Amino acid sequence: MKLITAVIKPFKLDDVKDALKAIDVTGITVSEVRGFGRQGGHTETYRGAEYKIDFVPKVSLATVVDEARVDDVVEAIAKAAATGKIGDGKIWVTNVDRVVRIRTGEEGTDAV
Amino acid sequence: MLLAVDSGNTAWVLISAALVLFMTPGLAFFYGGMVRSKNVLGMLMQNMFAVGLVSTIWAIVGFSLVFGDSGNGWIGNFDFLFLADVTNLDGDIPGMAFVAFQMMFAVITPALITGATADRLKFGSYAVLIGFWSLLVYIPGAKWVFNGWLLEMGALDFAGGTAIHISAGVAALAVILVIGNRKGHGDVPMQPHNLPLTVLGTGILWFGWFGFNAGSGLAADGLAAQALVNTHLAASTGMLGWLLVERWKGGHATVLGACSGAVAGLVAITPCAGFVGGASPLIIGFIAGASCFLALTIKEKMNWDDSLDVIAVHLIGGIVGTLLLGLFADAAVNPVIAENSSEGLFYGGGLELLKDQFVAALVVGVFSFVVTYAIAKTIDATMGLRVGEDAEYQGLDQSQHAESAYTS
Repeated sequence: MKLITAVIKPFKLDDVKDALKAIDVTGITVSEVRGFGRQGGHTETYRGAEYKIDFVPKVSLATVVDEARVDDVVEAIAKAAATGKIGDGKIWVTNVDRVVRIRTGEEGTDAV
Repeated sequence: MLLAVDSGNTAWVLISAALVLFMTPGLAFFYGGMVRSKNVLGMLMQNMFAVGLVSTIWAIVGFSLVFGDSGNGWIGNFDFLFLADVTNLDGDIPGMAFVAFQMMFAVITPALITGATADRLKFGSYAVLIGFWSLLVYIPGAKWVFNGWLLEMGALDFAGGTAIHISAGVAALAVILVIGNRKGHGDVPMQPHNLPLTVLGTGILWFGWFGFNAGSGLAADGLAAQALVNTHLAASTGMLGWLLVERWKGGHATVLGACSGAVAGLVAITPCAGFVGGASPLIIGFIAGASCFLALTIKEKMNWDDSLDVIAVHLIGGIVGTLLLGLFADAAVNPVIAENSSEGLFYGGGLELLKDQFVAALVVGVFSFVVTYAIAKTIDATMGLRVGEDAEYQGLDQSQHAESAYTS
């Protein structure tokens, strides 16, 4: 079992969700996050005073999949989230020791 | 002299009292949107609390000390303690309607200060501060301007440019000199957390200001209509003046700028509302919007953490309006000008009125500064005026009120 985490541009979330649904990924968990990377922040002006806003709003999404499907899922996310411009985000994959479906008590691949 | 009650005038003054009351929650939202989310309830509370406390003070002793007929121009008396015998007031509206209208002015004035001191006043100390401020600063100032020696001298103030905006603006400066800047001021961004609230507050203020200015003639007549239109036009050109300078200086016309400019225009037209006509309100508003924007740099140069720009908007706006009245006062709009004062420089009255306006602004400003500084210093030395460092980082909402504004 692998956990795939992606940090993407917020307006790309629907495209990514549709791409994952299209390859039968059964669920994702989404959070609104802020962070900085190479994209850098922006400035805002309030009553003549400039504020440098370093943290950029992003969406983080997570899904647990069977090991055999990792490449397909990563590819689908990368394709759907890409704009080609700086700040498209990152995807990383981590090992998952155990997964339990709370309602049935199923474990492992059955629980995904 | 007791006149028969005029039902039209009475209705308008009662409605105006309600409109002016509504300005205080409007101000709460105007300011509340500009603070950080951990302090928004603290800001709303300081404003709402002013309604409760100052209304009580006003009923017990405030009205009497401003409008009690003491025969001198400096302070009223105790004839109307607990609003006893106000039915004996002059005029063609019931005394109690006048009490209600004036009460709402007394309420909003100390609330204006909270924009400067945002995010760092201890709540109990704030309560003591505005209580004493109402008694020792607002009441004497209102007496001199609305019913005392400055009025007799010939200074004009239709609805409170001096007694309200200059007085509160200077007081804001005095208090921040005592309490100092917010932790992290100048280092960490403290941008507004919810500008839609500020837009909402601006709309409420604008709406309520019609009662504030157009009610101040205490009659439902042509002068009230003139004052209402003047008020609206000055807010409109205040917005344009601010935005033009902001766009020219900073490259963007901002939402906060539009709101701030409208309020600057409203502040400046307040002393002028029933004394000017024609193109004057357009000019006064525009100058106020532009000059209040330029006044934003004062606090940076002086390193004053006037958090939400009470000095730039209310003090400078109040001064601009008070002095411009010395140029634009027109007896054709309001014959009282010819009877008790002189017309403005541009209407053939010479420099007399401008001089009186300057004296009134200076006297009220200096008086407010000295007394406010003394009150703030005394509170700071006895009960502490500012919250501790931990409480400030935690935010006023939790540290002062044990509540959160936004929960899921």
